[in-house]
Amino acid sequence: MSELIAFREPDRAVIDRRPAIIADLAGLLPEGCLITEERELVPFDTDAFVSYRRMPLAVVLPETTAQVAAVLKYCNDNAIPVIPRGAGTSLSGGAIPQEDAIVIGVSKMNRILEVDYPNRAARVQAGVTNISISQEVDADGFFYAPDPSSQLACTIGGNIGMNSGGAHCLKYGVTTNNLMGVRMVMFDGSVVDIGGKALDSAGYDLLGLICGSEGQLGIVTEATVRLIAKPEGARPVLFGFESSVAAGACVTDIIGSGIIPVAIEFMDKPAIDICEAFAHAGYPMDVEALLIVEVEGSDAEMDAMLERIIEIARRHGVKTIKESQSATEAALIWKGRKSAFGATGRIADYICMDGTVPLGQLSYVLEKTSEIIDRYGLRVANVFHAGDGNMHPLILFDANDPEESMKAEMAGNDILKLCVDAGGCLTGEHGVGIEKRDLMRHQYSDRDLAQQMRVRAAFDPQWILNPSKVFPLDGRNGTQPGSKAGKTAA
Amino acid sequence: MSAVEIQYPETEEEIARIVSEASASGQPIAISGGGTKLGLGRPVQAASALSVAKLTGITNYDPSELVMAARAGTPLAEIEAALAVNNQMLTFEPMDYRPLLGASGEPTIGGVFAGNVSGPRRISAGAARDNLLGVRFVNGSGEIIKSGGRVMKNVTGLDLVKLLAGSWGTLGVLSEVIFKVLPKPETSLTIGVSGLNDAEAAEAMAAALAMSVEVSGAAHLPESVVGKVAGGSLTGGPATVLRLEGLKPSVEVRSERLVAEMGRRGTVSVIDGQASADLWRDIRDVKPFAGASTKPVWRVSVAPSAGHQLVAALRLKTGVDAYYDWQGGLVWLQMEADPEAGLVRQYIKALGGGHATLVRADAATRAAVPVFEPQPAPLEALSRRIKDQFDPNGILNPGRMTAGV
Repeated sequence: MSELIAFREPDRAVIDRRPAIIADLAGLLPEGCLITEERELVPFDTDAFVSYRRMPLAVVLPETTAQVAAVLKYCNDNAIPVIPRGAGTSLSGGAIPQEDAIVIGVSKMNRILEVDYPNRAARVQAGVTNISISQEVDADGFFYAPDPSSQLACTIGGNIGMNSGGAHCLKYGVTTNNLMGVRMVMFDGSVVDIGGKALDSAGYDLLGLICGSEGQLGIVTEATVRLIAKPEGARPVLFGFESSVAAGACVTDIIGSGIIPVAIEFMDKPAIDICEAFAHAGYPMDVEALLIVEVEGSDAEMDAMLERIIEIARRHGVKTIKESQSATEAALIWKGRKSAFGATGRIADYICMDGTVPLGQLSYVLEKTSEIIDRYGLRVANVFHAGDGNMHPLILFDANDPEESMKAEMAGNDILKLCVDAGGCLTGEHGVGIEKRDLMRHQYSDRDLAQQMRVRAAFDPQWILNPSKVFPLDGRNGTQPGSKAGKTAA
Repeated sequence: MSAVEIQYPETEEEIARIVSEASASGQPIAISGGGTKLGLGRPVQAASALSVAKLTGITNYDPSELVMAARAGTPLAEIEAALAVNNQMLTFEPMDYRPLLGASGEPTIGGVFAGNVSGPRRISAGAARDNLLGVRFVNGSGEIIKSGGRVMKNVTGLDLVKLLAGSWGTLGVLSEVIFKVLPKPETSLTIGVSGLNDAEAAEAMAAALAMSVEVSGAAHLPESVVGKVAGGSLTGGPATVLRLEGLKPSVEVRSERLVAEMGRRGTVSVIDGQASADLWRDIRDVKPFAGASTKPVWRVSVAPSAGHQLVAALRLKTGVDAYYDWQGGLVWLQMEADPEAGLVRQYIKALGGGHATLVRADAATRAAVPVFEPQPAPLEALSRRIKDQFDPNGILNPGRMTAGV
C-alpha cells in the first residue's frame, strides 16, 4: 500500500551494526529487559495509528531511571534514534518506530511511589496507567482528573508526552494543568528533576514545555501529579436534538451562561448508532445529535445546575432529556461514550481526527466536515468534547482498499486544515506524531517552526529522540539522524 | 535606568524593527509594559528601553467563547472592565504588585503573563500560565513568532506559550496574548476559623481541600498580620480563611458542610459580600507588608504542608513576619532586616524543595542576592541554552532573572 506520510530515511550504518548494538544493550540491562526477536518485536511496530508500521531495531524495557539513562546515553553517543513508548495507544503515530531505532518502553516502571494527601500529590513512575492513580486514591476520596478514553491502558508517561485530555477536562484541565513535576532523563543520560510539590516552579516553565513535547525533549521516568478531592456525586444527562446545529448552539449557550459542567460530550447520529449497538447505553435513537452533559456535587448542587442547563436546552428545542437515575445508569451512559472508538473499530477501520475549534465555530465546522466527507464518498461519525471545541470526527474506511485508505487520510487532512482556518488547531489532545506532521506549516510559519526546532535542539542536539515526529522532515535545523552531513535551515 | 530613553512602539512591526537593530548592534534593551514590576527582579543593565504600553487594544473577544485576545500593552484595568460588562473575569486573579513595591503606573496584560502573576484562586483555577492559550512575540533576533492559539486545548507542536509565561521579557517581547476567561461566580463567601496556630491552620486547610466543597481560596493570617487586612475587621486572633464560590444553592450546601467540619477546629464565622471581596484582594496584594516599609519581602513557593515549618525554622534564627496563601504553599515572608537569602533557601531545600523570590529589596541588594531561586547546574545550563535559542545576542532584559541569562 502506498503511504501518504513519509518517514525519514533509516540510517543504514546503524542497521548494519545491529548485532553489535544488541550486544551492547544487553550489557546495560538486566535479563528480560531487551527484546530482539522479530516475533516479539511485532507488537511494537505501531501504536493506535495502525495504518503505519515499522519494525524497530530493538526494544528495551528498563526497570529503573538509571537503566533508561544508560541506554539513552549509549544511543546518543552512537547516534541511534530512540522512540519513547508508554502503552502504545497514540492515535497520531507518536510511538511508531523505525528500522534504525531503539524503542525505550516504560511499561515495567509501573509503581505508585508516594501518595501525599495533605499536599494533594502523587508521585508515580512513568509506566503507571492513567486509571490506576485514581483507583489507588479512590477510597480516600481523591482522583486524578485527566481521563483519556484509553485510560485503562495508557500510561502517565505517554499522557505527559501528548498532554492528554479527556472528557472531564472541561472543568479540570488537561495533563499540563495537573502535572506538578517530572524526573526526566536527558539525551546524554543526565537526570533532572523539574518541579515538585510546590505549586509553581522556579525559572523558565520547563515543565510546561516538556508536557506535550511528544518524547522529543527527554524521557520522563517519574511524575508528580495533582490529586483532587472527588465530588460527592456526578450525574450525566442525555439531551437529544433534531439537528447537530441545535446541539452545537446549545453547547455555546451553556458555556456562555456561566455554567461550566464537568463534561459536555457530543455525538452525531452515526456515532449514536454505533455506540448504542455496542454498549446498549439507552441512547435515544430518534435524534440527530446527542449531548452528554455531566454535572457534579451534592444532590442539591446538581439539581440547581441541571435546572439551568435544561432551561437552556429547551430554548434550543431539545427533543429528549434523560437523567440517569442510578450509578449503574450513569456508568452505562459513559460506557457508550468511552467505547466509541472501540465500537467504531468493530464495524469499520477508522482514523480519528483531533482538531480543536473556537466554540462559536462548532456548527460551521460540523457542516463543512460532512461536505468534505461527502466529496470523498466516505462516512464519518462525530463524537467529541464539545465543551472545549475538541472535535473527533471518526472517518470510516476499509483498510483493505488502498484507494479508500488514501481518501480517508486526504479527507482527514482537509478537515484539519478546516479546523485551523476556522481559528483552531490541528490537535487538541492526541499530538502531532507523524499523522499531522506535514500539516504543521498550515498552522505555523517556517519562522514559528524554526523557533520551536531551535528549542528542541537545546534539549536534543543530535535529534535522536523521536526524530520522525512533529516537525516536517524538510527544513529541519541541525544534524539529523541518518544524514551524516547534516542539514542546516533557518 | 532613569537616564535611558524609553521607546514606545505602537505596532508589532515596530517592536521587531527596534529589536532587530538592537540585536545587530548587540546593545541590550530593557523590556517593560506599564513598568509596575520594574522593582522586582535583578536590575537590568541596558543601553535602551522598550515599553509595550502603547501597543494596546482588545483584538478579539466573544464572551460566549470564554476567550479574549489583547495586545500586550493593554492595561489590565481595561481588560477587567471589558470582562465585567459581560460578568466575566480572569480566573487566575492576578495580584497587583503596586502596593507592595510602592510602584505607580498601570499594569498591562502582557506584564501579567510575562511575570506569570497569579492570585489566591491559583489553587483551584491554575496560574496565569494555565490560562494563557496563545502568544505573539518578537524574539531576540527581531523575528515575529506565534505559538498556541485561541482554543482551549492545543498540543500542536512545542508549547512555547508556557515558556514565555513567567520569562520576564528575557525570551521575547510579547506583542499579543490570548487567554481564557470565565464567568464571575454568582456568589462568593468566606468561612473564617479563628484561633489556630500556623501548624493547626495548615492541617485545617489541608482538610478543607480534601473535602468535596471546592475551596477556591485558602489562606492563614497569623496574629501579627490579621489586623492589616479587610480594614481590621477580622477579630479573635489568627484567622484561617476559606473561600467558596459558585451558584448560590451550591455555595449554601458546601458552606454548611465546611462550617460543620471547621467548627470542630475553632470559632467559625462567615464573611460575605464586599467584606469577603476586600479580604481576598488584600491577601492577593500582600497588603500586610505593603506601605512605606522597605523591609525585604520574599515570595516563597513550597509544598503546602512545608510552609509553616519553614517559618517556624526561620523564627529560631532571625526576625520574620509571615502569612500564607495557597493552602500554605505560598508564603509571604517579611524579614526584619537582612534578606537572609542563604538561610531561607537552605531551609526550603531541607523541607523538600520549592523556591524563593526576593520580591522587595533595594536595587543594591537585588544586584547582589539572586532574586530568583538559583537553579541546579544542569537546569541552569538548559535554561541558558533555551535563552540562546530565543535571544542569541543576549539583548532582551539581560540578567533580569539570572546573572548572565
